[in-house]
Amino acid sequence: MEPIYLDNAATTPIRDEVRDVMLPLLQKDFGNPSSSHIWGRRASSLLEEARERVANSLGAQRSEIYFVRGGTESDNLAILGRAEAVRAKGESPHVVITAIEHSAILEASARVIEQGGRCTILPVLPEGSIDSESLETALLDEPSVVSVMTVNNEIGIHLPVEEIAERTHAHGLIFHTDAIQAIGKVPVCLDTVPIDLLSLTGHKIYGAKGTGVLFVREGVEVLPIIFGGRQEHTLRPGTEDVAGAVGTSVAVDLAVSEQELESRRLESLRDKLQVHLKNRIDKIRVHGETSRRAPHILNVGIPGVDPQILLAGLDMEGIAVSAGSACESGSTKSSHVLEALYGEIKEMAALRFSLGRSTTDNDIVRAAEATVSVVTSIRNRDL
Amino acid sequence: MKNKRILVAMSGGVDSSVAAALMVEAGYEVVGATMKTFCYSTSDTQSKTCCGLDGISDARRVANTLGISHYVFDVEEDFTKDVIDDFISEYSQGRTPNPCVRCNSNTKFQGLMERGRALGCDGIASGHYVRIKHSNSGNSNIYRGKDQEKDQSYFLWGLPKDMLPLLHFPLGELTKSQVRDFARKLSLTTADKPESQEICFVPTGNYRDILKTRLQPKHPALEPGPLVELNGKVLGEHNGYGNFTVGQRKGLGGGFDEPCYVIEIRANTREVVVGTLEECFSIGVTVGEINWLGIPPSEGSRIRVQIRYHAPAVSATATSIGKDIVLTFEEPQKAVTPGQSAVFFDEERVLGGGRIVNGIRDANSAQNTTTC
Repeated sequence: MEPIYLDNAATTPIRDEVRDVMLPLLQKDFGNPSSSHIWGRRASSLLEEARERVANSLGAQRSEIYFVRGGTESDNLAILGRAEAVRAKGESPHVVITAIEHSAILEASARVIEQGGRCTILPVLPEGSIDSESLETALLDEPSVVSVMTVNNEIGIHLPVEEIAERTHAHGLIFHTDAIQAIGKVPVCLDTVPIDLLSLTGHKIYGAKGTGVLFVREGVEVLPIIFGGRQEHTLRPGTEDVAGAVGTSVAVDLAVSEQELESRRLESLRDKLQVHLKNRIDKIRVHGETSRRAPHILNVGIPGVDPQILLAGLDMEGIAVSAGSACESGSTKSSHVLEALYGEIKEMAALRFSLGRSTTDNDIVRAAEATVSVVTSIRNRDL
Repeated sequence: MKNKRILVAMSGGVDSSVAAALMVEAGYEVVGATMKTFCYSTSDTQSKTCCGLDGISDARRVANTLGISHYVFDVEEDFTKDVIDDFISEYSQGRTPNPCVRCNSNTKFQGLMERGRALGCDGIASGHYVRIKHSNSGNSNIYRGKDQEKDQSYFLWGLPKDMLPLLHFPLGELTKSQVRDFARKLSLTTADKPESQEICFVPTGNYRDILKTRLQPKHPALEPGPLVELNGKVLGEHNGYGNFTVGQRKGLGGGFDEPCYVIEIRANTREVVVGTLEECFSIGVTVGEINWLGIPPSEGSRIRVQIRYHAPAVSATATSIGKDIVLTFEEPQKAVTPGQSAVFFDEERVLGGGRIVNGIRDANSAQNTTTC
């Protein structure tokens, strides 16, 4: 039987519409946008069209869209580029983040500390809200950037970024959001929400890997962290990945326009999977069950099961999922997200199912049944 | 009938790659597993050994070439407890451990067995150069590998006996060059990978580095102590007994009249005892922590014993058999090293083994020491 891919939060295949715009750029329109000749002009106009497409999809201005090479780079540029901007004014950078950010934010923030700055980590309550008082205290300290992800990559909770952005703005401060798991899954609107910096990547929304965008609102200062050219207004030097950028722009456009309908579809599939697993697996718990969640992620905790054995068992049954996030291959390090929300996790496997465009009703039924049978067989053998 | 499902330990080296390939060729349903024993991410040194992250990605590549599944199992916690802590503890007591024996006996195979069971596997295979024969009566025995140069039977005496019926060693009848040829024939990425010689959790290749990081500062094993002769005469000072192994010649400093060897390490007094080549010989050995894979010998019977890797087994008589076993060698043996494994053989068959408690010196020869 064909294996079932339920790891769309790790990455997605390139969709046909994206492939179709990318292919001509690999060979025919291969030019360097900086060149003055016909190839250069063609490439640069395609790149600018792409920028416009992303801006229109998100409610931004064309000049506010910067193409970068991936989600991690976009997150890093927001945190470290902001820190540079603050340092250039002779001040010491201070970042405020949450305990459940992606490691691209956590480790960039650690770097800020190493370079003499500060970092405040806000606790997140189990239902997905940020403790109001700690946020207020942190804001009174006038941080150089507040960064809160829109949708958590491991458990799918949808954080109240609208409210946090408003409050950050009320203090006249800069707000960044890692929207990598949010685009196409929840509404993201830059003309109504006062987000100053936003990160996204193409490969989670059926674009190419190694592509990304950093939105920088007009007037917000961010300095480069890579050097060597004038591309992207010097914020991201290096010959542009025109094919990647154009592909990503189409991916963003489609993800945003299809979001409402697709989210509804994914939500009903996700709920079906959740109900099935809850009915059939003893002591299972659904992480983020009581919070606002993005529709594509279901993270469950299964006590008494070794996560690596469970993943292996599911793979052998043709079910591709991950334990928490896919970023730590071969590691049983327990998830910092689950720890931050629920305290120390012991003797439990956390499984992340992440649904996507290809997911069908039949996939959900098969995945649920396989999970029940693998869990049962592991639990019985352990006896 | 459904093919038997076998979990194959794949380190990312050529041997285990070929072991997996041979099991596939033999018609088993093969599942590859890499045991992640030690994390290099905290060390600045580039990992050179097969257990590092490069090993994991090589193993995944080979599994992909062979069309089998492959999983990484993190056993770092057990490995640290069973192998690294023991390694440090042994050196801190003046002994010289065999970490690979500890790993095979306590961590690797038991970890595989536990996971294999949960995944519905019927057996375990590895790329060790040893042979195993399963009799119809349910008895299984391990024999030396056919390649005398590569034979790894020395490292497997500590396996739980009841595990043997489930083990497969597909390289047992092959030589290393046959294994490499086979890997090249299949275009396995690991075909020409160099041998891993050093201890996997000592990326620098010098075990003293890990003693320095794991022992508390000023631990006596790394502090100067007296360099003495058997008769008690103090010859000078050494830089910490943890730097020495029985039989070692290097690192003692010059100025001796004749070649000089470490013949004993006395952790309690920090003394490193040196002596002549003659004094380096033992007439017998006491072995502890015994594990039998075959039927134990009776007192007074003859047995073959191998006291270090890459040494032939020698004849001895079992003079006392209890919790510890005392053997008297037919010919005195050089540098019997406490902490190393003593492995018992019946011809090619592994009977069992244990850890050397100490060598037994000839009471008479101890009298006539000459200044070395």
